[in-house]
Amino acid sequence: MKTLQMTLSNKKNNFIPYIMAGDHEKGLEGLKETIQLLEQAGSSAIEIGVPFSDPVADGPVIEQAGLRALARNVSLSSILETLKTIDTKVPLVIMTYFNPVYQFGIEKFVAALEKTPVKGLIIPDLPKEHEDYIKPFINDKDICLVPLVSLTTPLSRQKELVADAEGFIYAVAINGVTGKENAYSNQLDQHLKALSSLTDVPVLTGFGISTLSDVDRFNKVSSGVIVGSKIVRDLHEGKENEVIKFIENAINF
Amino acid sequence: MTYNQPNNKGFYGQFGGQFVPETLMTAVKQLEEAYVDSKKDPLFQAELKELLKDYVGRENPLYYAKRLTEYAGGAKIYLKREDLNHTGAHKINNALGQVLLAKKMGKNKVIAETGAGQHGVASATAAALFGMECTIYMGEEDVKRQSLNVFRMELLGAKVHSVTDGSRVLKDAVNAALRAWVAQVEDTHYVMGSVLGPHPFPQIVRDYQAVIGQEARAQFLEKENKLPDALVACVGGGSNSMGLFYPFVNDESVAMYGVEAAGLGIDTPHHAATITKGRPGVLHGTLMDVLQDENGQMLEAFSISAGLDYPGIGPEHSYFNAVGRAKYVDITDEEALEGFKILSRTEGIIPALESSHAIAYAVKLAKELGADKSMIVCLSGRGDKDVVQVKERLEAEKEVKK
Repeated sequence: MKTLQMTLSNKKNNFIPYIMAGDHEKGLEGLKETIQLLEQAGSSAIEIGVPFSDPVADGPVIEQAGLRALARNVSLSSILETLKTIDTKVPLVIMTYFNPVYQFGIEKFVAALEKTPVKGLIIPDLPKEHEDYIKPFINDKDICLVPLVSLTTPLSRQKELVADAEGFIYAVAINGVTGKENAYSNQLDQHLKALSSLTDVPVLTGFGISTLSDVDRFNKVSSGVIVGSKIVRDLHEGKENEVIKFIENAINF
Repeated sequence: MTYNQPNNKGFYGQFGGQFVPETLMTAVKQLEEAYVDSKKDPLFQAELKELLKDYVGRENPLYYAKRLTEYAGGAKIYLKREDLNHTGAHKINNALGQVLLAKKMGKNKVIAETGAGQHGVASATAAALFGMECTIYMGEEDVKRQSLNVFRMELLGAKVHSVTDGSRVLKDAVNAALRAWVAQVEDTHYVMGSVLGPHPFPQIVRDYQAVIGQEARAQFLEKENKLPDALVACVGGGSNSMGLFYPFVNDESVAMYGVEAAGLGIDTPHHAATITKGRPGVLHGTLMDVLQDENGQMLEAFSISAGLDYPGIGPEHSYFNAVGRAKYVDITDEEALEGFKILSRTEGIIPALESSHAIAYAVKLAKELGADKSMIVCLSGRGDKDVVQVKERLEAEKEVKK
């Protein structure tokens, strides 16, 4: 079993924060201290966002963070260089749109990842149909391509998606972009429970999670949560203590 | 060998595909199924055909532009008169087809992106005709540049959503429309306006626009008893050009020229010459040639014509370029303005600024080809929407000269 899945399988109430690489007053120089802060607060893994000019799966908070990073000339290549210098015990997961990776070169990208603590990839615009762009290069590496399952994914397809899933399964909790709040359907808990029952791979819930009661709700029906926009907003506003407190509370339910 | 693209995964050679979030996968698969069914459904085809005839006014003429031909001094120039369609451009061919498809899928709401507003107007028109709720996403900059089209869409009962993200033009309107589609995918159809986006959109839009080339081919054969030597059409996303080109794809003797917008010049940063200056990348759900920086971030496109102001080009055009089936050339803002004036004066037809790019290139090409040759130019839209913009520009130029 690859490291990412092992780490998340071993516990309940997993918490994965998302940060945008380079969205820091020190630019990429600040990435190390943010990762340390999130690690010490008790994160199970940390999602590192790569900025993209056209982030169609993201809401305004993450889009703006990406634009701030791009304004600091942050690129996939400079992020990889920075990650090489970072030492952390928690697995990192890169969240990127496909084009920056495609331009960088897929083989070269995977080779660069091996020199970093990155153990997983989330590529929201690379559906199962196109996983062959990446999968053959990571099959024998300690890197997982995390599948997303949405509320619109029919049961037959859910089964296909989880069949050879590695790392964890990213359950998208709303039909919408990241950071959209208070839109959860009544059937969501049942959907998450049913999805978890299809597989031994941990299911983590994300999109729109911003309160401890959301966290509590999804910890009951899945293996944990991914929190992006709230973390990105708080860090941007200098509320590090608020982030630490939130994570500490989230993992202690 | 008979042309047979895309393949069953929605690829044209290396281009195309379905690079969309999982939330949209079910919708694009459902669309693919509904589209395949509709092709075999005689009632659907009959309804679309009747609408194209009685509502759009097809078939429209293939017109021999005698005075433009004389002006150019070379090959005979025929114009395919898409400007005479209801709503004034080729966009209605596709909008009607897709709104019918939406109805077939039981979806009662449609959304669409628009740049210059022509596709927005066409979608709002089709939605009005079927009593559907319609929201149009348009970049804030374009809302300002094309306020008359905004008013038209509102008259037709559509809601126009001004997009304030990014550079506030067509690319950003597509982002906003895709996000809106994700949020309401279960009851809403996204009417893609060009041969762009995830499969099956590039194929659907091509097939609905192919009526342009089908008519033009038959009309030309009837008038000249042979095939034309060349086809010329402007290319932004590439729907009018693909509509003209596709029915000729197996006619090897027919050369195809896609005219991209060179803006202020392809050696400046201000152009929309995607094939000439771009390289393959993934944007808005498809792998195609795009204008991007070394790190894969999209660049802003620039053109005097809002309808060509897009940093990508349909995947099938990228394929045509890669295999050499079509040639892609550039016309600057200045040259397009000249084309706008020339067609107005020689033929009494005011072309859209988009189509003016095709006219300007046709004049050059006619000279090169010589008098015994002939070509069809797609006059994709009429220029009424651009008259104010051109007037302001020409007046400003006069001021500078004084």
